[in-house]
Amino acid sequence: MNGRWREWAGYWPFAAGFLGMFAVWHVVASWFFVSVLFPPPLPVLAKGWELVLSGDLWIHIWASLRRIATGFALGSTVGILVGLVIGSFQMVRRLLDPVVETLRFIPAVAMITVAVIWFGIGESSKVFIIFYGTVFIVILSTAAGVANIATNKIRAAESLGASRLQMFLHVTLPATVPFILTGMRLAMANAFTTIVAAELVAANEGIGTLMWQSRLYMQVEVVFVVLLTLALLGFVVDRVFRWAIFTFAHNYSPVV
Amino acid sequence: MSLVTFQNVEKEYRPRRGRPYVAVREFQLETQPGEFFCLLGPSGCGKTTVLNMLAGFEHPTSGSIRLGGKPIRGPGPDRAVVFQGDDSLFGWLTALENVEFGLRMRGVPARERRERARHFLDLVGLAGQDHKHPNQLSGGMKQRIQIARVLATEPTMLLMDEPFAALDAQTRLLMQEQMRAIANAAHTSVFFITHDIDEAIMLGNRIGVMMAGPASTLKGLVEVALGEQRSRTDAAFMDVYRIVYDMIREEVLKSSRASGLTAGAGQ
Repeated sequence: MNGRWREWAGYWPFAAGFLGMFAVWHVVASWFFVSVLFPPPLPVLAKGWELVLSGDLWIHIWASLRRIATGFALGSTVGILVGLVIGSFQMVRRLLDPVVETLRFIPAVAMITVAVIWFGIGESSKVFIIFYGTVFIVILSTAAGVANIATNKIRAAESLGASRLQMFLHVTLPATVPFILTGMRLAMANAFTTIVAAELVAANEGIGTLMWQSRLYMQVEVVFVVLLTLALLGFVVDRVFRWAIFTFAHNYSPVV
Repeated sequence: MSLVTFQNVEKEYRPRRGRPYVAVREFQLETQPGEFFCLLGPSGCGKTTVLNMLAGFEHPTSGSIRLGGKPIRGPGPDRAVVFQGDDSLFGWLTALENVEFGLRMRGVPARERRERARHFLDLVGLAGQDHKHPNQLSGGMKQRIQIARVLATEPTMLLMDEPFAALDAQTRLLMQEQMRAIANAAHTSVFFITHDIDEAIMLGNRIGVMMAGPASTLKGLVEVALGEQRSRTDAAFMDVYRIVYDMIREEVLKSSRASGLTAGAGQ
């Protein structure tokens, strides 16, 4: 009992910080900036709960998450493969460097226009944009991971008789895992930014759409519900990633 | 027949910027099967270059290196390397899996390679640490994993590049005391690089002393006619020490003068 209490006691600053954020919001919105344009937390939470019960919120969340998941999975897969090839072959790196180093500076948000022209306002345009926003980050971190493998590891494997293929499977790949996961984590944060922008412009459902439509009808509470939802979703997904990185990667330390 | 033959080996580095420089030249050496050979020299004298060429990581600019009469073309499991740093271990594998690595590359069945890996972990004194990952082990233990890992592939010879240099003083002494016994038990020849005279005399059957770099070469060879039980405080040990010390002192001074480190520390 005592042990469990102590375990929970470690979380109190976290919970307090969380509640404090709502308290500040409440104070500011109730006494300092009193306006229909800035609702305090309680009506927002009430509205959120209403949307949860009616199921509307889930439909939009589900639509957005599905797009993120698809685009992110595609982007990560392509990014990991291309990153591994770039990192492993000097020639490929030289050829692809200018491509990656220029395209990656076009923000995914800027590709929305092109995506809509190419794919219309259906699912594929959003998936494409998330893919675009993911792929370069994962390529760069994967390639950096390959380049960072200690020379001694490669030499050790060579002198223990590893063939080129074995070297790739048993040394390059596992040694790069922490870099890949870190790249994916960054890309995921990026995907949340991008999806909202993409849905503002062109979608029939999704959290971005929900926000945009609510603005048209002056449902300010709903706008804030969406903001809260984004914060929570991002937080949860990032925690999952941190957990995955910790579980899978703490033995994959690039140092030893 | 000799085990390793260096014949007139020269290694010149040509960096992209700056002048090319000769690390080693006219390097001649033969080592015998079963021998524990120590290559001793001041820092920057090209010892590691010699080892890297023998390992096949680098190629001589001219001359030839042979192992058992066959020229060396690249790295191979007949010359397994123990590195100074622990960054050569595979951090994502357990101690046991690290030791199994070479056998796994050869396709030895899981059961058999596990057994053999356990045997060599025991031999280096790591019994019971099978399932720990390298980052859970101390510096000395990590070097023991490296040694077990190369022994498990039963190489013709071990190449060791200052393997104990990064360890704390006590652990280093212990490893030095045990290393000869380990090499004997595994019936393997060793080519050991060090800048530590003590270490060379504790371990070697023969010591090759190198000149100061650049363009270094072998200055001379010293037979270490001491038994298996060696002690730093024996008179016989001290005699060998004096001989080696006199040979290397001059070279150390030369190399520190070259890097501007002396300032009257000479005499």
